[in-house]
Amino acid sequence: MREIAVIAFAQTKHSATDEGLTEPELILPVLDEVRERSGLRTFGFTCSGSCDYLAGAPFSFVSALDALGAWPPISESHVEMDAAWALYEAWVRLQHGDVDSALVYGFGKSSQGDLREIMTLQLDPYYLAPLGLDQVSFAALQATASGAERAELDEIVRRSRAAGRDNPYALDLPDPEGDAFEVEPLRPYDIAPVTDGAAAVVLAAGDLARELCERPAWIRGIAHRIDPHYLGMRDLARSASAAEAARAAGVGKGHVDVAELHVQFSHEEPILRRALELPDSTVVNPSGGPLAANPVMATGLIRIGEAARRITDGTAGRTVAHATGGPCLQHNLVTVMEG
Amino acid sequence: MGNRCAVIGVGQTYYTTKRRDVSIAGLVREAAVRALEDAGLTWKDIDAVVVGKAPDLFEGVMMPEAYLADALGAAGKPMMRVHTAGSVGGSTALVGASLIQGGVHDRVLVVAFEKQSESNATWALSTHLPFSASLVVGAGGYFAPHIREYMRRSGAPDHIGTLVAVKDRQNALKNPYAHLKIPQISREMVESTPMLWEPIRYLETCPSSDGACAMVLSSEKAVTGTPAWVLGTAMRSEPIFRAGRDTVNPQGGKDCAADVYRQAGIADPRRDIDVAEVYVPFSWYEPMWLENLGFAAEGEGWKLTEGGATALDGDIPWNASGGVLSSNPIGASGLIRFAEAALQVRGMAGEHQVDGARRALGHAYGGGAQFFAMWMVGSDKP
Repeated sequence: MREIAVIAFAQTKHSATDEGLTEPELILPVLDEVRERSGLRTFGFTCSGSCDYLAGAPFSFVSALDALGAWPPISESHVEMDAAWALYEAWVRLQHGDVDSALVYGFGKSSQGDLREIMTLQLDPYYLAPLGLDQVSFAALQATASGAERAELDEIVRRSRAAGRDNPYALDLPDPEGDAFEVEPLRPYDIAPVTDGAAAVVLAAGDLARELCERPAWIRGIAHRIDPHYLGMRDLARSASAAEAARAAGVGKGHVDVAELHVQFSHEEPILRRALELPDSTVVNPSGGPLAANPVMATGLIRIGEAARRITDGTAGRTVAHATGGPCLQHNLVTVMEG
Repeated sequence: MGNRCAVIGVGQTYYTTKRRDVSIAGLVREAAVRALEDAGLTWKDIDAVVVGKAPDLFEGVMMPEAYLADALGAAGKPMMRVHTAGSVGGSTALVGASLIQGGVHDRVLVVAFEKQSESNATWALSTHLPFSASLVVGAGGYFAPHIREYMRRSGAPDHIGTLVAVKDRQNALKNPYAHLKIPQISREMVESTPMLWEPIRYLETCPSSDGACAMVLSSEKAVTGTPAWVLGTAMRSEPIFRAGRDTVNPQGGKDCAADVYRQAGIADPRRDIDVAEVYVPFSWYEPMWLENLGFAAEGEGWKLTEGGATALDGDIPWNASGGVLSSNPIGASGLIRFAEAALQVRGMAGEHQVDGARRALGHAYGGGAQFFAMWMVGSDKP
């Protein structure tokens, strides 16, 4: 495959509450930032990820083109998925060989609605959604199935929130406390916080990447797989699709220094660690991960950006980023990057 | 453009107002099974699945691809979901083709659908983001002023839209999958229908349809059966609120066409293309897109329509299938254009086959005439 690298990444200072910004206002600063960091003003391809249901209106991505200043008209596409998949589409497009750069961005304002209820609308509308099983409830089913120990979950949240407090872009959340359940066995702090935010990444191929970036984060493998939708069709204690995506992306071909995992509920971390076969020596979610900032539709792309940043800043040699979609880790994308 | 890519299977559902007999999953599976049968393949031969549809509000299911993974045999495979407004069906084909052109997969199933009977599209299109003015007019109300402006600029006589409405419905009579079948269709009938959004009359607009369309795309080494070779692909987008943009003859459409013609070696579209399936949801968009796509000079498109050039027996048939005016499962409408273009160059379009079609254009547009997706397909390997 053609050599493609992440050469620039930017994200908003994510917020836990609505700050009155429209989606174009949210993304404009991060677009400006990656343009400045990459030195590119125009791109061979542009792709974004967002979700109409967060905005409660159709075509939430249309007004983003105004922030983009898409003039003259640009070669552009959009996925109704986390923007990590927009990055995947852009990576595929760069494989054609006729364009050398791509801009990828994602944004979401989950403060606008009740995310827990909205996510229920993602379920099979005939047999699952009418049961009223909301996002936290089906995550709790998986937490139970995974058999994770409370002490382990508490430590994951404590570590993630502490890392988040050190990350200027993540939320400032206190150490977990309290023994009330949100939905047993999940406590409120096991759940990724409601967050508004956006992120952008620039990809470049071969010589262009080397020219524009001192230490490009080369994508050595990128793959995704989806599991059956119905929870009863899966062993919820494992993530078969994450394991298969990790194998296809070549996670095990070398030591993983840092892994940024799309952990929206604390129990998902051990499931993903096992699926990706990460050793204890791998540092997981040094950014704090989604448990410290979860701007839905940008969260997965931020994992790639954060994992890439460890390479571009020289603190890691080989990193892995994971993004997910669908109920209970149904769909998983794994990216392996090297310096 | 990358590696060679071909269409080796096409499957469609019969388009209709309400498919009460199937779920959304049943609907997409029906199209997918037909595409696999056409290609002589089974589910296990597919490497990846790409799903496209228009806004999720149309069915009230958020990101339905998660739920459709099972019905589309995607479990254990990569699956993508595309959404680029009305052009999404075309974009879905292009994302699928890209996976093959990029050398990632050998066989990709692309599926697009809409089950409009699950809700009210005009309502779903009229809700708006906070801080932006809502016209509460749906698509027809949005595009009517653009058509009026086209009429003013070009001096086109009032009956041109009527001619398109009649021609496309006559073509639909030859397409077994088409939704609207009006054997007695005539200018008088179109002109007697109510004015919905001046100058668009009831029979000059597209129906609301339930339906799905699927294609199997293949790399060169994995071709089965009769291939339609992809000769060129392009997408273009422009901002909806840019003050200087020409919404009647958008730059994005011109640029997209120029890109795809360059790849396919098309110098003169009217001469070099045998048949075109173009996204015409309101009749007047035929003359408008004839100009935007370079089939006629600016201000001259309506003369091609009036002279019969775009009829099934004309020199450049447009929408031999009956087009969007005859079948409109919104998210699938673009993919149907791309698939019908492929059927024509495979010689498999049945009664609405254009004799000897060797090169065909598939076109889709969306948003405020700001998203464009196009491809050229041909019977000869590029």
